[in-house]
Amino acid sequence: MIKKKKLLSGPYLVWTVAFIVIPLLLIVYYGFTNEAGSLTLENIMNMGTPENMKALWLALLLSLISTVLCLILAYPLAMILSNTKANATGLIVMIFIIPMWMNFLLRTLAWQTLLEKNGVINIALKFLGLPSLNIINTPYAIVLGMVYNFLPFMLLPIYNSLIKIDRNVINAAKDLGANEFQTFCKITFPLSLPGVISGITMVFVPSLTTFVISDLLGGSKILLIGNVIEQKFKQGSNWNTGSGLSLVLMLFILVSMAIMQKYDKDGEGAAF
Amino acid sequence: MKKACSRIYMFLIFVLLYAPILTLIVLSFNASKTRAKWGGWSVKWYISLFENSAIMDALYNTLIIAVLSATIATLLGLTAALSLNQMRKRRRTLIMGIINIPMLNAEIVTGISLMLVFIALGNFMTNFGYTIQFGFWTVLIGHITFNLPYVVLSIMPKLKQINFSTYEAALDLGASHALAFRKVILPDIMPGVLSGFLLAFTLSLDDFVITHFVKGPGFETLSTKIYTEVRKGIKPEMYALSTLLFISVLVLLLIVNVKPKEKKKQAV
Repeated sequence: MIKKKKLLSGPYLVWTVAFIVIPLLLIVYYGFTNEAGSLTLENIMNMGTPENMKALWLALLLSLISTVLCLILAYPLAMILSNTKANATGLIVMIFIIPMWMNFLLRTLAWQTLLEKNGVINIALKFLGLPSLNIINTPYAIVLGMVYNFLPFMLLPIYNSLIKIDRNVINAAKDLGANEFQTFCKITFPLSLPGVISGITMVFVPSLTTFVISDLLGGSKILLIGNVIEQKFKQGSNWNTGSGLSLVLMLFILVSMAIMQKYDKDGEGAAF
Repeated sequence: MKKACSRIYMFLIFVLLYAPILTLIVLSFNASKTRAKWGGWSVKWYISLFENSAIMDALYNTLIIAVLSATIATLLGLTAALSLNQMRKRRRTLIMGIINIPMLNAEIVTGISLMLVFIALGNFMTNFGYTIQFGFWTVLIGHITFNLPYVVLSIMPKLKQINFSTYEAALDLGASHALAFRKVILPDIMPGVLSGFLLAFTLSLDDFVITHFVKGPGFETLSTKIYTEVRKGIKPEMYALSTLLFISVLVLLLIVNVKPKEKKKQAV
């Protein structure tokens, strides 16, 4: 039986090597060579150019802001949801998850429609006699798009870790004289930490590397590091530089993944 | 007081999440092309959506890719989960780590890496007189690859709960390996297999970034089509498409989420 099981793993292992391991090695290869194929650090160093540094810093800044905003918005909501009565919870949680199943580009298109100069929000503001809101094609619009698109990714893991908390522990804390705030700081929050950490990575990594949101809401004037890399591959077909930049980007992803691994050993906070 | 606050908070987030979608739905019925003017109710954008063969082709491609990639990823993921379950812990952790890369890594990096491997493979194959065209097959392979970790993660917890003595008992009683697997193990892990399949299916429907890098010219899925259309400017057909997609998702989720509950009640 065991021999049979080993045979089963054949196609699967071949697949992982062919389409996960080798592709990543190829990025490393392209990242450290030039077009002639000789070793160079030029591609990695390319991150140091002023425009690329600017794109990287802006991406880091915007993704950090959106991650924090998502956390601030999602945590109270997750707490409210985890406290609702068992019968209705499934449905209510679903209500907040459904937008996630809608096509990512259409969700971004929706915000473009709302925010544009003659967009829905400005028409409404004009109607009310209020000054117009001009945030399309600015970093604010990008942050808004990130928060809107990735909020469910923060909500789900936090909610999942909150509902796993044993009610008795909270009651015990209250019996022992802790007030609501103390209970939250000493019991609820620390126990929900795996969910928080996994939510943070699930929002931070896609925000840091996005090029779609910045493209559609930033009006292709604001370049994030994702846009720079995308252009290197799709427009300039400068794969070596693009790979070098991707390697630097992966460094940031690895760091956040390592932090997550440390806190979330059993995948408890995983959303799925 | 506290309850009222939480109600209000829930309502505000609800508005934030649904207002954009509602706007799209309303605008899809707007007879005038610009958003600034309300030209009365009309379904003309729906008609022109269905008459737009490029979008219909993209829809067809999307569905085919989603069904195929979810099916293949589920089968591959099932064999992987079964063999991983038999492995020693260290090896399992290592292989699980590799499997999870496409899930944890940035989509853009996964997309680029797959693009590079297809190009390299193409260069290699030209030596033998073959060419690799970017299109259906590269997109399919890409989707299977990023769907795999989700399938494996859905099945693994179910497999861990299984008591393999029952499987051995079935073998002792004369069942073949295949029969014992089908009658003893498969029913227990079926919920995990199904949820893995559904997850893979929806992820494939929604994917843009990886498809963008591995699709090549001439092959479009709905996501890549929307991207090019939206970049070109206002497209009221896209609003109509959003509305239809939103309603399908709603119906699909209702069906998926309501049915198992009924079954559970019957079982109890």
